[in-house]
Amino acid sequence: MKRFLLGVVLLGLVVAAGVLWLTRPQHIAPERFANLSGDAANGETVYFAGGCASCHKAEGSEDALSLPGGRRFTTPFGTFVAPNISSDAATGIGDWTVVQFASALLNGTSPEGRHYFPAFPYTTYARMTDQDVVDLWAFMQTLPAEDRANEPHDIGFPFNIRLSLGPWKVLFLDRDWVQPADTPELQRGRYLVEALGHCAECHTPRNILGGAKTASWMGGAPNPSGKGKIPDITPKSFDWSATDIAYYLESGFTPEFDSAGGEMAEVVANMARLSPEDRAAIAAYVKALPAAN
Amino acid sequence: MSRLPMIIASVAVVATAGIAIAGSHGGNPAVKARQAHMSLYAFNMATLGGMAKGEIEYNADAAKAAAGNMAALSTLAQGAYWVPGTSTAELGEETRALPKIWEAGSTAGEIGGRMAEAAQQLAAVAGDGKDAMAGALGGVGKECSACHKGYRQPQE
Repeated sequence: MKRFLLGVVLLGLVVAAGVLWLTRPQHIAPERFANLSGDAANGETVYFAGGCASCHKAEGSEDALSLPGGRRFTTPFGTFVAPNISSDAATGIGDWTVVQFASALLNGTSPEGRHYFPAFPYTTYARMTDQDVVDLWAFMQTLPAEDRANEPHDIGFPFNIRLSLGPWKVLFLDRDWVQPADTPELQRGRYLVEALGHCAECHTPRNILGGAKTASWMGGAPNPSGKGKIPDITPKSFDWSATDIAYYLESGFTPEFDSAGGEMAEVVANMARLSPEDRAAIAAYVKALPAAN
Repeated sequence: MSRLPMIIASVAVVATAGIAIAGSHGGNPAVKARQAHMSLYAFNMATLGGMAKGEIEYNADAAKAAAGNMAALSTLAQGAYWVPGTSTAELGEETRALPKIWEAGSTAGEIGGRMAEAAQQLAAVAGDGKDAMAGALGGVGKECSACHKGYRQPQE
């Protein structure tokens, strides 16, 4: 009996080791990006649509082009500290290759071969096109170098075990689109929302492991900071017109002419930099959402 | 020097009036005044924003009137109803004004100053066509958000 139990434990360890091996951080093969060259002008659009600065600028900063990191994000899993992603070669990501950058965005894998925590919304960015990745890289290299050393996250056990993020990715890193889109405008809106804007990171509730509950897509969720609630933006309880949504994203004004506050004010600052066509596409996508469960 | 006694006297009068009103009505009068001020912004914004969105046809006279109101509102002396002791810390759910407004390093006053400039810019161009008005409206919206972002408690 004792030997049998020992056997079960050993088998369990072997299976666990196998799973962790199979789900180890994946780098992208350099050949995949060999023939792509970056267009910084489109990269700027990707940058603002992707909302990079909202998390990576300094705490309280209004400078959307300075990315020293340092903002702290308190979540049920612990406190994450946004890293420096400026072009500084020593403290930022200036010495990365475009392929390392792509591995980070598309696979959630660091240049050192570790899993990133999904506070970095790579479950969204995983849907980006390779060309947009290259364009974003070209743009971000034009931004100033910021000399600020990174601080470690403060994450409690067991969430601090990065290897466990391998199986997590199998469960929750899904590169398929969430919503159907059958017109070019809806497809553009879906790309802006599901691949860049990561709206669902806050507007969709999470399960106990922090994965998105896609059945309640955009159905509203507790604020990850612990205070208040992120609203439902599906027809379940949200009735703004497409014009209202597009104007809100441009100006921050609600249909009642209250103005955006909190984190959404950061989002509006980014969305205001997009073209009117892109804001209209996002509005069309939101209007096409099914009512959340 | 000659203004100082005047300022002290004004503050004393306002404080006394505030206490008197607070004693005789429900709710904090400073909070009610702030919310009334915001309602007046929103009412005038509805005209301008409706035109910017294309939901109301642009009309230069109506735009000028609403923008003039915005500019006038933004330059009212508001110190008496942004008094210390009226934040969420003291009044709980009655207000969404965060204590940060009154803390050292607060930029709320500067934002208010920029808001007044943006509103005057808006009033200056509101009669010059829809695009000019809508563009200047964006400048006002930026300041509304700037203050709501850092100094107003999120909803619920």
